[in-house]
Amino acid sequence: MDYSIKIGGEAGQGIQTVGDTLAKVFSRTGFHVFTNQDYESRVRGGHNFYQIRFSDKPVMASRDKVDILVALDKESMERHGKELSAIGQIMYDATAIGIPAPKSQIPAANYLDIPFTKLAEESGGSKIMANTVATGAVLGMLGMDMDILIAIIKDTFKNKGEHVIDSNISAAMAGHDFAMKNCMKCSFSPNTAGLSFKPKMLINSVEAIGLGAIASGCKFYSAYPMTPSTGIMNYIAGKEKEFGIIVEQAEDEISAINMALGASFAGARAMTGTAGGGFALMVEGLSLSAMTETPVVIALGQRPAPATGFPTRTEQGDLLFALHTAHGEFPRIVFAPGTPEQAFYLTNKAFDLAEKYQVPAIIIFDQYLSDSEWTFEEFVPEKIKYTDYRLRGDAFKNLKEYKRHAYTDTGVSPMGIPGDAEHLVVTDSDEHDEEGHIVEDAETRIKMVDKRLFKKLPLIKREMEPPVLYGDNKPEVIITGWGSNYGIMKEAVDELSKSRRIAMLHFSEIYPFPSTDRFDYLNILKNAKTTICIENNATGQFARLMRAETGYSFNKFINRYDGRPFTLEELVKEIKIRLS
Amino acid sequence: MSKPEDYKGQTPAWCMGCGNFGILNAFKNAVVELGIEPHQFTIVSGIGQAGKFPHYLKCNTFNGLHGRTLPVATGIRLANHEMLTIAVAGDGDCYGEGGNHLMHAMRRNVNVKLFVHDNQIYGLTKGQASPTSPEGMITRNQPFGVFSEQFNPMAFAVALDCSFAARGFAGDMEHLKGLIKAAINNKGFSLVDILQPCVTFNKINTYEWYRQRVYRIEPEYNPEDRAAAFKRALEWGERIPIGIIYKNNRQILEDRIPAIKDLPLVRQPLDKAKSDITLKEFY
Repeated sequence: MDYSIKIGGEAGQGIQTVGDTLAKVFSRTGFHVFTNQDYESRVRGGHNFYQIRFSDKPVMASRDKVDILVALDKESMERHGKELSAIGQIMYDATAIGIPAPKSQIPAANYLDIPFTKLAEESGGSKIMANTVATGAVLGMLGMDMDILIAIIKDTFKNKGEHVIDSNISAAMAGHDFAMKNCMKCSFSPNTAGLSFKPKMLINSVEAIGLGAIASGCKFYSAYPMTPSTGIMNYIAGKEKEFGIIVEQAEDEISAINMALGASFAGARAMTGTAGGGFALMVEGLSLSAMTETPVVIALGQRPAPATGFPTRTEQGDLLFALHTAHGEFPRIVFAPGTPEQAFYLTNKAFDLAEKYQVPAIIIFDQYLSDSEWTFEEFVPEKIKYTDYRLRGDAFKNLKEYKRHAYTDTGVSPMGIPGDAEHLVVTDSDEHDEEGHIVEDAETRIKMVDKRLFKKLPLIKREMEPPVLYGDNKPEVIITGWGSNYGIMKEAVDELSKSRRIAMLHFSEIYPFPSTDRFDYLNILKNAKTTICIENNATGQFARLMRAETGYSFNKFINRYDGRPFTLEELVKEIKIRLS
Repeated sequence: MSKPEDYKGQTPAWCMGCGNFGILNAFKNAVVELGIEPHQFTIVSGIGQAGKFPHYLKCNTFNGLHGRTLPVATGIRLANHEMLTIAVAGDGDCYGEGGNHLMHAMRRNVNVKLFVHDNQIYGLTKGQASPTSPEGMITRNQPFGVFSEQFNPMAFAVALDCSFAARGFAGDMEHLKGLIKAAINNKGFSLVDILQPCVTFNKINTYEWYRQRVYRIEPEYNPEDRAAAFKRALEWGERIPIGIIYKNNRQILEDRIPAIKDLPLVRQPLDKAKSDITLKEFY
């Protein structure tokens, strides 16, 4: 079984609440869940939707066809009615959205008019509970029981009193019972036979980045709100007290990164987050991090640009920007997680390597990844690595001599905490000597560039994991991608492997570009007949990076740049075109 | 007890007679008298002649970017509010490039001491107008004279309810030392705007020009009277007041943050979160 539910309506109608609640019901039941959202840059009105796919097998992308469409407005019926699957059903409240009769091209029996508002009012609640009725009705159509939803309602409204809880439960039950009784053509049968019934965790990538940062000992997060990175700030801000973290909303992104560098210099692990436009403002600070060798982690959420672009939509257009931006030559680390799980562990790795090598580390993601929820059995906090690379307290005091930028074999100098010892910690954005004071001489300049760049870079490169190969081990066709296309490419391989020797090569550790020492991915590419690089950008930025770093050129490309992610069927179709 | 010589840093590359020397000496004497050891404070500086200030001293130093001293200083204070944190910037650095940060640092009332070397001109880039250059001043880049109105840091500070706002003069070192000490002792964001002649590029605002105009604010003046402070802040031209123009007792940012109520961030256990995180909320 593999069902997709779509909730469509205007901004402000509570689409997200219905979607989040249903996703939670499914993940707690033990299903594998994947959700994604499509919304406009506005607080009210417009057209938005939330799509949930759930199955007894792992799912990690959206499909074209919708099995249940919850239409909270007329436009949702018109736009998404044609996406209905053979067994699909549309539920709507005819009175509320003012639709007299179903459109002719869809059999009338696929429409179920459920008086969400009326049932909400009859349940002792107000019309705002219409969404609770709809949530119950979806479970009714599916023939699922209500225990989990009732538990979620009790939890959600625990601070709002008995009456609110009771009326929401009645509203949900009313929707559930109405759908059960009236949906004559409903033939859904969610298969729970193969499930362990062990609840799965449901998490999106901004939460996973936030959680990974907290687990890594991040003590300071400064940022200016910008979609799609704001969720990280929201998540960490909710944990400030519990974990002793400061989240400071800066006046602009320039301030955000400079504050993070100040906190890091003082001895706290620090992070900032933004989108492409805000990152453009941070660029000078990125260079400052490099020159002063002050570690910082930056979460960079891509969205379609240039300029303001599509503020709430998705693109992978900032890869080369993240890699090349900022004045001067210096090493940086760039990770591009493909799932919330990778986001969690790679955020930890970003902190660890940023501190270990005293360089900036960038976690690049996009709107699609940030808003998609995935299910997992668990994350393992024990796998989180924490090593304190700083010189604190007595260890610092007991040093005879201290130079913040001392030359060493690795290029990494001891990083003392200012004030912990009588030794002074001095650093400078100007070229400086070992102590950190301004210099002008050529000899020191060469030594410092060698230290910062040439000594550290090969060491960091050795830390990078090679790409993941999934599918056939001697593939004739290889689809390659990075970041958020992990899930969709993996499903496409599953779909196409029935008829072809096909595999996916996914890069999540982008820079320094992984070597072929541990896994000769270049050899696999060279032995394949067709190699397709799939990216959500117009120019094939990763393909260009691959060519620059390895000399390898892909022979086919799929580039999508309309601000939307692929659905499984769309990507499979595009791949087939490249293979024919 | 340390002596001024203990704070001697690198040899200054400033012009002979530069107002910055007066500020450097006043500063050294102030920290000696306050008994603050070099490792007990951090100076964040930017770019310009003032940016080199910490190199000519002995102290923890973050010489960062042009205009960005205050965000870095704010980050340091939030990570370690036991560290005395001083920002040193020029008029172009702080009032031009970093103007937005100045406004918000005052609003936050982060306990940072800001000393602005205000020479009313750009020195390092060789003589362009700064935000505090007088209207009409002719330079190579402003051949028709400066069109913009002169920025008034004191009136700006009073308007934003800045915790401490004072004006000093590099030519009156003893008085300046007192202001630096008062700013360091004040609990709250403190701005000391220091009039500092640029002997090379500013031929208008010379030592002589300032000496004819500056006067020490009378002891009876009450700097906690905001309306009176605003009036005094607007005084400029024939007579220029030096001294504490305004102060108040606003709560500092650091005292409002629950996470650092007991310990600064840098003194907290740093590896604990790893074992404390829970995934419960995601099920």
